[in-house]
Amino acid sequence: MKLFNRFLSAVAAAGAVSMLAMPAAAQAPAPLRIGSTLALTGPLATTALTHKLAGEIYVDQLNARGGLLGRKVEWIVKDDQSKPELARTLYEQLVTSDKVDLLMGPYATGAILSAMGVAQRYNKVLVHHTFGIPALAKYEMAFPAWSLGSDPGTTVPNSVFDALAASPKPPKTVAFVTSKFPSIHFMSLGAREVAKKRGLQEVLFLEWDFGNRDFGPIAARVKDAKPDLVWVGDIGLEGNMLLDAMKKIDYVPPLHFHTYPAPGPMTKSPDGKNALSLTIFEEHAPFTANPVAAEFVKLFNERAAKANLPDTSVEVQAAASYSAWQILEAGVRGANSFDDKAIGAWLRKNRVETIHGRLRFDGPGNYGDDLMKIKQVQNGKWVVVHPAQFAPGGVKLQVN
Amino acid sequence: MSFPSFNLLAQSILSGIFIGGLYGLIGLGLGLTWGLLRQINLAHFGLVFLAAYMSYHMATVWHVDPLLTLLILPPLFFLFGVGMQWVLSRFSISPFNSLLVTFGITVVMESVIQAIWTADFRRLETHYNDQKFTIGSLYIPVPELVTLVVAVSLSLLIWAAMRYTDLGKALRAMAEDGPIAAAFGINQKGMSLMLAGICAALAAVAGICLALTFTLTPSQIFAWVGVVFAAVMLGGLGSALGPLVAGIIIGVSEAITMAVAAPSWAPIVSFSLLIVMLLFRPGKL
Repeated sequence: MKLFNRFLSAVAAAGAVSMLAMPAAAQAPAPLRIGSTLALTGPLATTALTHKLAGEIYVDQLNARGGLLGRKVEWIVKDDQSKPELARTLYEQLVTSDKVDLLMGPYATGAILSAMGVAQRYNKVLVHHTFGIPALAKYEMAFPAWSLGSDPGTTVPNSVFDALAASPKPPKTVAFVTSKFPSIHFMSLGAREVAKKRGLQEVLFLEWDFGNRDFGPIAARVKDAKPDLVWVGDIGLEGNMLLDAMKKIDYVPPLHFHTYPAPGPMTKSPDGKNALSLTIFEEHAPFTANPVAAEFVKLFNERAAKANLPDTSVEVQAAASYSAWQILEAGVRGANSFDDKAIGAWLRKNRVETIHGRLRFDGPGNYGDDLMKIKQVQNGKWVVVHPAQFAPGGVKLQVN
Repeated sequence: MSFPSFNLLAQSILSGIFIGGLYGLIGLGLGLTWGLLRQINLAHFGLVFLAAYMSYHMATVWHVDPLLTLLILPPLFFLFGVGMQWVLSRFSISPFNSLLVTFGITVVMESVIQAIWTADFRRLETHYNDQKFTIGSLYIPVPELVTLVVAVSLSLLIWAAMRYTDLGKALRAMAEDGPIAAAFGINQKGMSLMLAGICAALAAVAGICLALTFTLTPSQIFAWVGVVFAAVMLGGLGSALGPLVAGIIIGVSEAITMAVAAPSWAPIVSFSLLIVMLLFRPGKL
């Protein structure tokens, strides 16, 4: 009996303790849930892991700092399988079924456009990573992390031709060969106009459909045209395939610019030597002089190596992804609220410090300045060569 | 439209022959399975890429010469093909259902490839990449030439085997009328297993050649389906030489289109050829 009484006392005591503890537990705020999709499978999956790692690093850092407005952050990521139509369904699910507090954008233009439609329907803020056609960004609460500027079809080619004009051998003739992939094509057409206005002679213009496998005839036509500069409107591996085809016929273009090449393969291939491209961030000073950027680069390098990524460096995709999280955090802190309208209003009125520069969102489509820089493959690495203040240690543009 | 120089045209045609050889090599096993086993084996593309990745892995991690993997991977894939056919033969699968089942298997293969090698681009960098020689003013790259030689040799070998050996005759008889062939003592099940194994081994060979000439990414599996299907259907189901000839016709016509007109018109060519074939020779498919 004594034993039974003791047991009852113990149960009662435990109950009392748990009753006392309950209010404290109830006071702990629920985590802030942020939902997004990534193309974890399908044709765009090559860059998904980069975005996933960047997001995970940011959320870890954010939670280590105490979360957002006192709430820990939980990131819910769904796989949109590189399908814009699935991205739309999943964003709808995130809002209506998962009831996330905030949205984070996916990457790639098609998926972002889909997510933008859903965000607009539910009045949610959408910070997006790599949206390629700013003219299509019509939603007033969508904010770009990739600072292309509102008219990249003009501003970006001008930056490229400025860089080339300052090179040891400025081009006089140019061959435009381009994919018809939407976010590439308009840029190539813009570059043709810019080149014409600047007095460059166009010696060749060719277009191919996305998914082309045989670049031999295109390489042969470029070789025949003998241009000083080849403007390659490429995405992913297309540029590598074209350079490979050129090598097979013993041709090396004096200057070759690539719109959005796969960054790793271009640096690893010997054919990628002196390839020019666009960037917002590279792993060198002055970008890494920012301690936040330096810490991110270190963590990303470690985690990318652990994830078995062949290219572990931070460049456009990872930087845009990390910047997107910085924008969302700045918006929440600035508005001191999780209310989407308040966050959106704050972002439109204020500038946000990110690892790739100070961004503003008060232009057309919430785009601010074009912060694109020109980079080149030198000694197996991407280095910025233009503008000069972003080139590390006096690095200059090289000609083949 | 301006007419290109002889050199440009000849170099482009060469390029078309090389890519056409690869279409034919990938289509060889697919066409045999389709024509003789009555299975539309989409998993063939998965096997091609699995072999390409394994060849890449063996060459970059274990430093095996990629051409030596031709001795290692095809036997392994033969066994895999036999195993897969054994499982499929447990169920009476119609050609259309085989398309669905093997599509599922391909999706699984894509996921496995992505889990092991990630979705990132993988390029097999070997000394073969830089090897080429010239004939006059024309450049002949060695990896593409190897692919073409392998494609022509295997197609001829299988054509000869199908035509002149008892085994080939048995396979053709089985495809023509299974029950009658069985009545003449042909072991249908054994034949099917062996043919599936051979086709998987052919997929391995194609994969190794693909790794030699192309950068790999898992989602590329489906990028080859359209044009290889066109080559197989144009060449004739169950034909050994057909896919190669059709592949080269497609490759060359695409290349000439790119050299003379615009590269963006090239994909129209292969499918236009297929439509013309379907209109004028539907019975041949």
